[in-house]
Amino acid sequence: MAYTEKTRGIYKEILGGLQQAGIFKQERFIHSAQAADIEVEFPAGSSLKKVINICANNYLGLSSHPEVVQAAHAGLDSHGYGMSSVRFICGTQDIHKKLESMVTEFLGTEDTILFPSCMDANGGVFEAVLTKDDVMISDRLVHASIIDGIRLCSAMHDTFKHSDMEHLEEKLQLHNDKRLKMVITDGVFSMDGDTAKLDKMAELCEKYDALLFCDDSHASGFIGKTGRGTHEKCGVMGRMDIITTTFGKGLGGASGGCVSGRRELVEMCRQKARPYLFSNTIAPPVVAGVIKVLEILSASTDRRDKLENNTIFWRKGLTDAGFILKDGDTPIVPVMLFNAKLSQDVSRDLYEEGVYAIGFFFPVVPQGQARIRTQISAGHDIIHLEKALDAFRKVGKKYEILGKTKQEIIERYGM
Amino acid sequence: MDEMKEVIKNYVIREYVEDDTDVTYDTPLISGGIVDSFSMVSLKRFLENKYQIAIPDDKATPEAFDSVNKICLLVNEYIK
Repeated sequence: MAYTEKTRGIYKEILGGLQQAGIFKQERFIHSAQAADIEVEFPAGSSLKKVINICANNYLGLSSHPEVVQAAHAGLDSHGYGMSSVRFICGTQDIHKKLESMVTEFLGTEDTILFPSCMDANGGVFEAVLTKDDVMISDRLVHASIIDGIRLCSAMHDTFKHSDMEHLEEKLQLHNDKRLKMVITDGVFSMDGDTAKLDKMAELCEKYDALLFCDDSHASGFIGKTGRGTHEKCGVMGRMDIITTTFGKGLGGASGGCVSGRRELVEMCRQKARPYLFSNTIAPPVVAGVIKVLEILSASTDRRDKLENNTIFWRKGLTDAGFILKDGDTPIVPVMLFNAKLSQDVSRDLYEEGVYAIGFFFPVVPQGQARIRTQISAGHDIIHLEKALDAFRKVGKKYEILGKTKQEIIERYGM
Repeated sequence: MDEMKEVIKNYVIREYVEDDTDVTYDTPLISGGIVDSFSMVSLKRFLENKYQIAIPDDKATPEAFDSVNKICLLVNEYIK
């Protein structure tokens, strides 16, 4: 016991600094199941408020789908609660292998390995397949979990400007002497909602003999004509070397992730990836739930089609109202406000109006690019979106930002 | 030396600057947040390819890469 007042003081000072800087994170307690309509306790201790949720990664509205819940119950009954073991000792069940096989088929790859999360998949994959003789060339806006994975790997690391294919080609030429080159990108970028140019990247990778890696966490299940992901949208199914993705977003929203791709690369992960070797895999009820999710999505594209239509409706509604949006066609729709305080004020007022949406500002997004990130779901009906649009219009009018240019908003509120 | 400074400055601007930030020969690159530690790799490789030199890893420090002037001094140590 050496947690002295001095030690406590050190941490209190750091936490106080976060509060002062306005970057102290506070949880809002949800008392209902995850859905389009949720009941929220915020601030802590206040009475419950029913709000429309437009900030969840519940893209396909499957988080509380009755068939998924029922499948998870059945999985709990048939395969138990936990495994009490890592995969290679006695922690692999038939349903883990079944899910790996289903993901392989769904993504159109050669093989798949499950991880406790996609954070773990990204944390473990690079060091498992690359060495100091190799190079990783990543888009400058890849997810934090990829950056952590890159830091854990001994291969050389370089970056290219976001979605800049000429710059990527320069980097491939610069590092052409390396044993292996791997180009690394997100499929859909979570803060801006734009999509990687996987078709161009696949061409460059083939030209320069490089591996192509894509984290499709914000795409699996709904991007592309049948929801396979960014590689389907870009017409490069079968040409991806590694796809990582999560079951914590569109694919049921519980937890878990995977590395899917070339057979030998997946096998390298099975032999060497530390989060796989030293941590239990996904719990049986969740595995059973994800299997049901993939069955639902393989049988019909209704949910991704509804999501696509909802997204078109939402983007048009906000644009017609006079908000500035980031360009794109994914369900991630950032409403640009530029000023950090304005993003917090708008978020607070939307909540008062019954809409739960979060403001993001530096350092989560670049300085001067504060925004409300909205995320549309197939769980939303048009009536939800119409109500949410009413709230946005009302709050936008209050702050006099409707129909204003970026420059006009910045002149009034500052960067 | 002046030509080298201009080549390196132009590379830094093209490679790392995505807005209208002004870069001079003395602008702090690493400590000023223009070049992050990941990106030093490509700068080192560019210098090695361009000037046909090999800079030892222990000499490629954030301090030695912190301005165009300092980079020129480092490169000149290894040009034969």
